[in-house]
Amino acid sequence: MEIRVQRENFDAAAEARALTKGRADVGAVVTFVGLCRDEGGTLAALEIEHYPGMAEAEIARVVAEARDRWPLIGLRIVHRFGEIRPGEQIVLVATASTHRGAAFAAAEFLMDYMKTRAPFWKRARRVDGTSEGWVEARQADDASAARWGA
Amino acid sequence: MKAVYFAWVRERIGKAEEEIDPPPEVATVADLIGWLSARDEGYAHAFENPKTIRAALDRAHVKPDAKLSGAREIAFFPPMTGG
Repeated sequence: MEIRVQRENFDAAAEARALTKGRADVGAVVTFVGLCRDEGGTLAALEIEHYPGMAEAEIARVVAEARDRWPLIGLRIVHRFGEIRPGEQIVLVATASTHRGAAFAAAEFLMDYMKTRAPFWKRARRVDGTSEGWVEARQADDASAARWGA
Repeated sequence: MKAVYFAWVRERIGKAEEEIDPPPEVATVADLIGWLSARDEGYAHAFENPKTIRAALDRAHVKPDAKLSGAREIAFFPPMTGG
């Protein structure tokens, strides 16, 4: 169970491989990568701010909830901060389990909960030089997290 | 205690962190928001809409009615937009 918060990019395939290395009991690995979109060519970059220390701690609490709900063999989460340009990776969730149901469900749960609970904030910078400022939290994200129950 | 601010809360207040020493009658997170808001226009602007403010005590999310007693660090920030 590895959680990393970092400025650097990550290798999603290598992270997934690490979950199965040296073992033969894993039947399913699900890898989710969240990417920065260009929003119709208007976005120059995102600036992601985070709360060092709490970001890792809060993700760890979300991971503990996921492990209570599903039988996970392994798990990797990487969340980047700093400047991220369109096409670049922002976040990785990789889950490993005996069967696909737990791996799929846990990955989706982890993303839904991380979006509403992990202390990260995005600011958008536009290609025309304007900064529209901080990205607003989406009600759809709250609804996605809420459907898993408290 | 140490207070830390993030995103537009930090920008409106004009600093990322500071030491604060609230009086004993400031017992909860909501009390502290009121106490800080009375300091100047920057704080008042940051906290003008309490519904958009989230707080953490010692790096764990808390509700506005949470007691401050014993906490070393309080953080104020907008709703999260990571992922």
